[in-house]
Amino acid sequence: MNEVVFYILAAIIVIAGLLVVSLRNIVHSALFMVLAFIGVAGIYVMLGADFLASVQILVYAGAIAIFMVFGIMLTQRGNMQQTNLFSKQAGVTGVVSLGLFGLIVFLTSKTDWIKSTESINKDTIPTIADAMMSTYVVPFEVAALLLTVAMIGAIIIAKGVNKSQ
Amino acid sequence: MIGLNHFLILAGALFCIGMFGALSKRNAIAILMGIELMLNSVNINLVAFSRFVTPKVLTGQIFAIFVIVVAAAEVAVGLALIFAIYRNRVSVNVEDFDWLKW
Repeated sequence: MNEVVFYILAAIIVIAGLLVVSLRNIVHSALFMVLAFIGVAGIYVMLGADFLASVQILVYAGAIAIFMVFGIMLTQRGNMQQTNLFSKQAGVTGVVSLGLFGLIVFLTSKTDWIKSTESINKDTIPTIADAMMSTYVVPFEVAALLLTVAMIGAIIIAKGVNKSQ
Repeated sequence: MIGLNHFLILAGALFCIGMFGALSKRNAIAILMGIELMLNSVNINLVAFSRFVTPKVLTGQIFAIFVIVVAAAEVAVGLALIFAIYRNRVSVNVEDFDWLKW
């Protein structure tokens, strides 16, 4: 049962990813990217990371994908049919990507990972909350600062400079 | 039995697909989509290692939350840059951005 679910989710993720990078219509690519994100959220649930799955759907499928669709809407004009073509070095890139994938498969199957036999942590939210507020409080605050700076910076860059000044 | 290797190979496949998309597409927004796929694959790796190596301490999941935060900030700034370039050049085709070419 576990294996069937994993292979279905893996097929969804890999096929959606391949369609994202190979379709010619960029709006279709964005929609398949949302499917890939939802598949990844399913993998997180399989790994026992339920809070992270909710965050993934909220942030990635709910905000970043919408952001991409808005970007497409504001920067493409006319017909959306041929908006996502390959560049001239697509063949070499494909060979390099396949080579890297082969290397990853070979190396991960050769390494014997030190696995633990403890049972998984079932209450993830209290554990994450405790760790965020005690051990990782500095990265937490820095992440908040990063988000504020990114928001202000994105607004200024997208607004542009008034040429008369 | 689904072990650690299954999740690592899935994350490796998603990373290679994202890398192929980021390096071989002409549209700048499609390159950002490839980068997002790569970041998702890294998150799968982190959560898989957290589940199989240290199941009680959820360090991998916390790291993955921070990766999601950074990815969101990067998409915001990246799209703002694309809007700024589009305002000047009326194109998001990266083959048209050739000011720095010799």
